[in-house]
Amino acid sequence: MTWTLTQATARRVLAQLRHDPRTIAMMLAVPSVLMILLRYVLDNPVALDRFAPVYIGVFPFVIMFIVAAITTQRERARGTLERLMAMPLGKLDLLGGYAIAFGLVACVQVAIVLVISLTWLGVSTPGSAVPMAVIAVLDAVLGMSLGLFASAFARTEFQAVQFMPAFVLPQALLCGLVVARSEMTPVLRWLSDVLPLSYAVDAMQRISASASWTSAISGDVAVILAFTAAALVGGALTLRRQTR
Amino acid sequence: MSVQTSVTEAAVEARGLVVRRSGQTILDDLTFAIARGQVTGLLGPSGCGKTTLMRTLVGVQEITAGQVTLLGLPAGHPRLRERVGYSTQDAAVYPDLTLTENLRYFGTVLGLRRDRLTSAIAATIGELDLTGLEGRLVGTFSGGQLARVGLAVALLGDPDLLVLDEPTVGLDPVLRHDLWQMFHRLAASGTALLVSSHVMDEAARCDYLLFMRDGRFLAEATPARIREQTGTADLESAFLQLARSQ
Repeated sequence: MTWTLTQATARRVLAQLRHDPRTIAMMLAVPSVLMILLRYVLDNPVALDRFAPVYIGVFPFVIMFIVAAITTQRERARGTLERLMAMPLGKLDLLGGYAIAFGLVACVQVAIVLVISLTWLGVSTPGSAVPMAVIAVLDAVLGMSLGLFASAFARTEFQAVQFMPAFVLPQALLCGLVVARSEMTPVLRWLSDVLPLSYAVDAMQRISASASWTSAISGDVAVILAFTAAALVGGALTLRRQTR
Repeated sequence: MSVQTSVTEAAVEARGLVVRRSGQTILDDLTFAIARGQVTGLLGPSGCGKTTLMRTLVGVQEITAGQVTLLGLPAGHPRLRERVGYSTQDAAVYPDLTLTENLRYFGTVLGLRRDRLTSAIAATIGELDLTGLEGRLVGTFSGGQLARVGLAVALLGDPDLLVLDEPTVGLDPVLRHDLWQMFHRLAASGTALLVSSHVMDEAARCDYLLFMRDGRFLAEATPARIREQTGTADLESAFLQLARSQ
């Protein structure tokens, strides 16, 4: 892995986004629009205070997953991936570059949705904004890494799009958003325990409910980081220089 | 003496190269050499294995059997990645980046930095007649312009071996002529070039020819020698005759 190449890749990905203002607008605005919608759907300040922080973590996770999966799939389909694999670029330079570029976008995305939630929508939590933002960005980067990894199994862009419902929706059902994880049957509970989004949601719930950082939050963060690293390494391993 | 041998030794040497993909034999026991300082033409109908052969050389296609050495290293060796330039049939560049942004990224990946990167970009843009398009998104380019962007990327790192898959398809005849002149200029400076084509009128422009059909070579010689051997006036008839007597 070479820092110059990782950085050059991140710059290239950001430049591609810059030339596509509509995609940027959607990436930055969609979580906030959904949050505003949630505010009016719930129409109950107590429920909003409970659910909003979780969704601040979930929306960027989902969006980053799909964006990352499609972007790498396009890289394959256009032949640029093959070209890069024939060049002196490390696989982790490529994935690291993506992680940095999308991580930066996630920071802006999360900042916007958080500011709107805490001011205009009047969400109030015992937890403070900065640690919540940190966790939400980590969640987004986790979603992106899983998207990069998943795209290795997509042969077409059409398949890559369907990975969203196939990989993300089950996690959304099992992560404790719909039913608390403690109330699930053992099998579902066990499934929930091995899925990354459960920890992303758990961390957001804890950080918003607590005025200070706790060891339970550190535990969640460790799991989130481990999943992110595993997905990136898995992505690098499934990225083949040679076709058989 | 070792210096001398490294100059005279072929850029590519392949022995008994076999590539099988999902049970099908794509390249069938190929033995050949590609010399430095020459334009070697890889000619044959579409689907005969030209692209697979080129992908094998640049290390992105796994070899089933046989040996392939490029610049003294086995195909796929990491050190070859900055010494071999490759352009595919479709441009394989980013349509949502400008020409300069594309070249800047690929140039950086190839190890060019600062002044060397800037001058290499300026030189290839001039060489491929892309001047004036620097700030435009590559996605808005015409087919011919796009093909040249793909070529530009292959040329950027000043490679010792250039592998160009159908680089002149769909280009204006004037431009095609210019490109062939550039190929020979590069060859004269010592670069080895392997250029594929499915149009026979390009064969005569090559210094050496590999005639390919169904994963095998029909002939492997200079254009003059092939015409002489087959007793034909043009290379198209030579190919036909060789294919019939196969």
